[in-house]
Formats: sequence, C-alpha cells, structure tokens
Amino acid sequence: MKEERNKGGYIGQAWLVILLALLYGGGLAGVQTALSGRIQQNKKAETYEVIPDLVAGADASRTEELAIRGENGKDSRAYKVFSSDGSHIGWVLPAGGSGFADRIDLLIGLDPEVSTITGLYVLDQKETPGLGDNITTAGFRDRFRNAPTSQPLAVVKADPSRDNEIRALSGATISSESVAAIVNNALANCRGPLQGLTAQAGPERQRLVEPAR
Amino acid sequence: MDKEGPTALERFINGVLPENPIYRQLLGMCPTLAVTNAMKPAVTMAAATAFVLICSNIMVSLIRRLLKPHLRILVFTLTIATFVTIADRFLAAYVYDMSKQLGPYVPLIIVNCLIISRAEICASKQGLAVATADGIGMSLGFGLGLASIATVRELLGSGTWFGIHVLPAGWPNWGIMALPPGAFVTLGLLLAVVEWGTRRRAATGIWRTVRMLWSWRHSPASSSSS
Repeated sequence: MKEERNKGGYIGQAWLVILLALLYGGGLAGVQTALSGRIQQNKKAETYEVIPDLVAGADASRTEELAIRGENGKDSRAYKVFSSDGSHIGWVLPAGGSGFADRIDLLIGLDPEVSTITGLYVLDQKETPGLGDNITTAGFRDRFRNAPTSQPLAVVKADPSRDNEIRALSGATISSESVAAIVNNALANCRGPLQGLTAQAGPERQRLVEPAR
Repeated sequence: MDKEGPTALERFINGVLPENPIYRQLLGMCPTLAVTNAMKPAVTMAAATAFVLICSNIMVSLIRRLLKPHLRILVFTLTIATFVTIADRFLAAYVYDMSKQLGPYVPLIIVNCLIISRAEICASKQGLAVATADGIGMSLGFGLGLASIATVRELLGSGTWFGIHVLPAGWPNWGIMALPPGAFVTLGLLLAVVEWGTRRRAATGIWRTVRMLWSWRHSPASSSSS
C-alpha cells in the first residue's frame, strides 16, 4: 500500500501540483501586471476626486504627492494642494486606524499652516450598517470642519461647547470616537513635519498673508 | 472511462432548482448572509462566484484523469484560489466601488463549499460538457438564491431595488433588514417557504397517487376483471 502511494517518488506523485502551481503563478503574475496600474489609478482617482471637498478652491490636477516622515519615525504620504493659480492652499493627509468593526481609512483636509481642519472624507470603512456607517455622511464629517488642530479633538454626546469638541453620532459612539482618535493620531504625528514643509516652501506666501491680518 | 452520472442537461437543471445550492444544499452560507443587504452587491457576488465555479469546473474536468486521489483536494484548492484572485483583481480594476463594498467577501469565495463540492462531486468525475453545464446550473441556482434574499432585504430595509426607489416614500425603512439579523431572519423564512412548497407538492403527489389507485380499483374495467 505504501509503495503504491509513493509510486514514482515525490515528483511522480506531485508533478501535477508543481506544474499547476507554476502555470497558475504565471497566470496570476500576468493578471497582476495587466491590472495593477488600473487598480492603483482607481485608488488615486478616488483621493483626487474628493480633494476639492477637503480643501476649498483646490485644483485637483495640480496636487503633489509627497512622502513625509512623521514624528514616530514612520514614512507616510501627504498631498500638497494648490489652487488653480498655483498658490499652496492646504494639505490632504491620509490616515487610518481601527474602528468599531474594522479598519477605517480617512483623508483629512488641512489649511497650509496645519492649524485648522478644512474637511474630512472616509475612504474605507466597514462599520455597522445603519449606525456606524453614518460616519461617511456629510452631516457627520462636517462636524470636523473648522476644528482647530492645536489641541486633540474630544467626542461629546451633547452639543459641543468648545471648538475642539465633536458631537458623536447617536448609536455609534465608538465609531465616532474612532474617527476622532484616528484624526488626533495623524495630526500628532504629521502636524510638525507638514508645518515645516509649509514654512520652508512658502516664505513669499506668508509675506503676502501677514499684512492682511 | 468516466464514471456514469447525470447528463449535462440533468446537471444543469438540478443546479438551478432541485439541488439549489442555497435552498437545497445549504452551501455557501457566508456570502448568502453577508452580501445580500442589497441587489447590487448580491449580483456582483453571484457573478464572481459563477466565474470561479465555471472556470474551476472546466479546469478540474480537463485534468481529472491526471489527479492522484490523495492530492486532489490540494489541486482543487489551488485551482479555486487562482480563479478567485483573478476575479478579485478584475473587480478592483473595473468595478472599484463594488469591490470596496464587498471587501473581504470576494477573497472568501475560495472557501465557499459550493465550489469545492462541485469539483469533487461532478467535475473530477465527468467530462467537460457535463462539468460546464453543472457549473452554469449551480451558478444560476446560487445567483437566484442570493437575489431572492437580497430582494426581500433591500425592499424592506431600504425601500429600493437595485438602488431604485420602489416602495412609496412613506415606507419606514426596516433598518434591521439591512443588518445581519435581517439576513438570518430572511434566509430562515425563505427556507421555510421553500420547504413548505416542496412538502405541499409532495403531499399533493401522494394524494394524487392515492386517488389514482382508488379510481383504478373502482373503475368499471377493474371491477369487471376481478
């Protein structure tokens, strides 16, 4: 019985598995090569599509993608946003973290000085349908607009009395808190580096802004 | 020679209703519960599963004579995983929104029992034509099952069908129908309806036989012969 099972040795037994693995591997590599460009394009297109919602007056086609090093030493991406006349009008910062059900991916819109949140967009989430997934609604996302970045956001259940307070969604407190925590983390991590980049790149812009104050 | 089995037409018909994967075999319950909150994801999932099932049936049928009995499950899994990955990449490239909405459930087609059961029951034992017909029939049956549950859940949960408003604006959306409990309740009730229908048909069948026997006994022809 044992000899029967091992007839032809390991190769004699497994040649079909090996051949199929090579064949399928080659096929998958082909599919990946053919489609990966398009898939990346889809992801990027989604980000670029919402940039004008995140930073008012943005011209998405002028956006520059930058790699920045956060305070925690990890590299992350940021989008430098320009208006149609070429002046730097803000940042879009991708951020992610765990939500109530699964990972939540956000895009955070910021002004050039990284002092105020100008918009928030949920790229990906799998929160509870009907409750937690309301974090994607404009009604909730707009609660973050104009919040200051100088202090961490706090989620409250009543009407907010301070600038940095965000009213939670009813029935989805944990999802709301998760979003705020992701924003807080990302800002704590990337606020310094982004401010540094703005200060480096734009002394002439600051000169333009200061007399107007 | 191939082992004897149902013909291509029988396989096809069996897959759609008599051996419906969802209502008769209760296979593939994970996507059945998870992606039927609306028609669009349900139909996308049915299409992706159909692609994988038909391709894996064709492939397994083609190599059925080369299979070693103790390595067959490995070959099935390898084949299924390959086609699932292709389906997943295609969804991400061409229907990106749907791919995002279905999330992990597309890669999870790999572990859908329906597909490996068809490889084992049909494709590894029968020829290409029968295996293809079986794949198409089973895919249709699976699609019908998903669509029936999704129709109930989307109508009651959101008042829409394929995203188009069907019920009057005054309809209070039953949020629970879009949530996981709605999936269990709908599946349970529809299973009960199918079971009830089958039993009723079986019962009328028995009743008809009894009546036939009765009328045969009391017909003039049989009484004259006795």
